[in-house]
Amino acid sequence: MKIVVPIKRVVDYNVKVRPLGDQSDVDLNNVKMAMNPFCEIAIEEAVRLKEAGTATEVIAVTVGKTDSQEQLRTALALGADRAILVETDSLLEPLAIAKALSKVIEAESPQLVILGKQAIDGDNNQTGQMLAALLNYGQATFASEISIDGNSASVTREIDGGLQTIQVSLPAIVTTDLRLNEPRYASLPNIMKAKKKELDVQPIDAMGLDTAPRMELLSVELPAARQEGIKVESVEELVGKLKNEAKVIS
Amino acid sequence: MSTLVIAEHDNTNLKPATLNTVAAANVIGGAVHILVAGHSCQSVADEAAAVGGVEKVILADDSAYENQLAESIANLIKSISSDYSHILAPATTFGKNVLPRLSALLDVQQISEITEVVSEDTFKRPIYAGSCIATVKSSDAVKVITVRATAFDPVDASGGSASVESISADGVSDLSSFVNEEIAQSDRPELTAASIVISGGRGMQSGDNFHLLETIADKLGAAVGASRAAVDAGFVPNDYQVGQTGKIVAPDLYIAVGISGAIQHLAGMKDSKVIVAINKDEDAPIFQVADYGLVADLFNALPELSEQL
Repeated sequence: MKIVVPIKRVVDYNVKVRPLGDQSDVDLNNVKMAMNPFCEIAIEEAVRLKEAGTATEVIAVTVGKTDSQEQLRTALALGADRAILVETDSLLEPLAIAKALSKVIEAESPQLVILGKQAIDGDNNQTGQMLAALLNYGQATFASEISIDGNSASVTREIDGGLQTIQVSLPAIVTTDLRLNEPRYASLPNIMKAKKKELDVQPIDAMGLDTAPRMELLSVELPAARQEGIKVESVEELVGKLKNEAKVIS
Repeated sequence: MSTLVIAEHDNTNLKPATLNTVAAANVIGGAVHILVAGHSCQSVADEAAAVGGVEKVILADDSAYENQLAESIANLIKSISSDYSHILAPATTFGKNVLPRLSALLDVQQISEITEVVSEDTFKRPIYAGSCIATVKSSDAVKVITVRATAFDPVDASGGSASVESISADGVSDLSSFVNEEIAQSDRPELTAASIVISGGRGMQSGDNFHLLETIADKLGAAVGASRAAVDAGFVPNDYQVGQTGKIVAPDLYIAVGISGAIQHLAGMKDSKVIVAINKDEDAPIFQVADYGLVADLFNALPELSEQL
């Protein structure tokens, strides 16, 4: 079984992102970039399926600029067998990314596609579901457990009230939630080996897709700041304030 | 101009997030219709018809929709989408699952988790865990949107008298099927609907210690939540998680206990009306958003708090 894992290069989760001075966009000058954390979980799950003998090949894919090769190399160091960069100079929206990914998946015809449920930059939570629609695949989003049985996968999903288990026919799209697994760290020998693995670059223009933006970013601003609070000295004072000042408990 | 709101329900009751979504639809303007897709869900359609300001309820009652799987629901919405300029769903796990699929079927770029309607084509939405607010303008003919429920005050659940129109199943898919569901049973209110939430973080040290929060929650009629760190540490299940990758809450009172205040957590609760932080580290970032901060060991403070309530 072949597994394709689309990943994304994003601002490292420890970076506090701020708007540019003219509020035209976020300020990404000189910030640390990393693989989106949910994508690390996706790579880990695919690699574990390979280690368990269920999968035979894991292919990491991303749609982005040349510098996204860095995150593909990380994926290779974590255990992916080869990587594909769909190269573009534009900042694409999720729908356009899903379209480009669908072309790669049509060409590779994997049995399973695992992606992160959302990227921590745009917080859109769209690409996996869109990809499933474009390919007419079943979708199992927000997965906390995946088991493959023959031509279908049984997936437990994190839903608002608890857990839901569904069965999807393969090929299918699965998006990862936090508790699916705990990703490993890349070892130095594996980082060295990753440099020699195949990384194929495909220009997006050759795919003949409509990737024109549908949204215009008008401005980026800081959220309204909260008024500064106070420190209380004791539980008694706290309860008094909540009752008499904030009036949120009686 | 007219808006279709996708109802969130469990085949018996309409979920409150639907009312917040209708509120967002009202700001956009034009007629508001609600789609109720489920099985044996007439009671939900009746509830939806009573929602203030709704013109029509469309009821698709079929066994294929019992578990509201994304493939069939997205096809159904697509089949009636040409009547609408806007299609809205709450940004719950249901809405987040279904709407992007619909949006790709319609070749539309979805706008996720809006917190403000600026005009019929322009919306505000948080990005980077709420560190920034983006204002975006959509050029798509149909706007497919998920709505952050906490950002819109709910409309009245009663006072409306919409007509109910039944439609038959369309585009039923067998790509996925339902196996089972484990819904956590609790006498406490739902996290996203509670007016008071008390959450624990890594400082709780174990899942067992969450009973300290539960005792207080029961006295206050509050829901219990957790930070991602507490979920990652295995103290509590993921459906407790408040934050960027969990639930977004904005109760009247939010009590954060043993939570340092990582940006991922703040993203899920900083719009609460009153925030209380209890933490023994006086430099914890949570104090920067707290209205009332108490620097104390939670294992002393919680029993004392419980006693005084």
